[in-house]
Amino acid sequence: MHELPVTEQLLNIVLEHANQADAERVLKINVVIGDLTHFNGESIQFYLDILSKGTKAERASLLISRVPARVRCKSCGNEFTPKETDWVCPRCSGFIDEVISGRECYVESIEVE
Amino acid sequence: MRKVEVITQILNANDLTAQENRALLKKHCILAVNLMASPGAGKTSLILQTAKALAGRVRLGVIEGDVASRIDADKVASADIPVIQINTGGECHLDALTVQKALEALPLHEIDILFIENVGNLICPVEFQLGEEVRVVVASVPEGDDKPYKYPAIFTAVNAAVLNKIDLAPYVDFKLDAMRQGISRLNPKAQIFELSCRTGQGLSQWTDWLESLRRTG
Repeated sequence: MHELPVTEQLLNIVLEHANQADAERVLKINVVIGDLTHFNGESIQFYLDILSKGTKAERASLLISRVPARVRCKSCGNEFTPKETDWVCPRCSGFIDEVISGRECYVESIEVE
Repeated sequence: MRKVEVITQILNANDLTAQENRALLKKHCILAVNLMASPGAGKTSLILQTAKALAGRVRLGVIEGDVASRIDADKVASADIPVIQINTGGECHLDALTVQKALEALPLHEIDILFIENVGNLICPVEFQLGEEVRVVVASVPEGDDKPYKYPAIFTAVNAAVLNKIDLAPYVDFKLDAMRQGISRLNPKAQIFELSCRTGQGLSQWTDWLESLRRTG
């Protein structure tokens, strides 16, 4: 149920930027979420519909762009999308060095009028 | 219609508070350890056994996170360790703000290592920075050797995995190699400690590691 506090923070960010832009209404919220996070888009939309009532973001649609997980092999430098439960390099069976992407969780932009 | 660029982390507010916590802890030279595990893995037992092992050398402090009750805080307090209980009332994780309030109530100048015992949960706590320097997941033998495979994210995001209740391994179907391999294949940098809070087996490797982090920190 951690999508509730996450959606509260999301809405705060959206309204702050809408006010700064002198917008009357937020039509669309573009969010980027990595596959390695535990955020469920449907839950966020559900809470957003409730929390945004009476605000500039009421009835705004949420567009979530998912970023696939990418990691780099320590041994051969290969960059690959790991299997969910096994992050060993498919090319050389080496262990991973670092996560390149997949942990994103940010508001990219809003569309307003 | 016009587009307004935002590029702001959704958990920005939490992360900023976590940075404040980190700075405060650093100022007091405190090593903060975020202990995460499923309910019943032995987080509180690990804290109590660590306190015993380090008694006279290292002063502990504890923040206890639970949905309800003071059961864990009472156990820790009875060992004369400063402790603050946070009751989340339903939230599945601790966040930086609740930890910040707890820090205000702790005698920070009397603490060398602060354990922040998160709410028992292998999923949500990993998303929320608290200001900790070290992240540890505690798993226990009766839970099974499949936890890294079922809850991979938490195992990718920790500095160490403690495998508790190792004394029970002969009595249950638990494949130690499968567990070790599951952790290492996800996170080769993670230290793995196999120990038993009940018998004390393996505990010294864990406390040695904590002390080495204090020295290097």
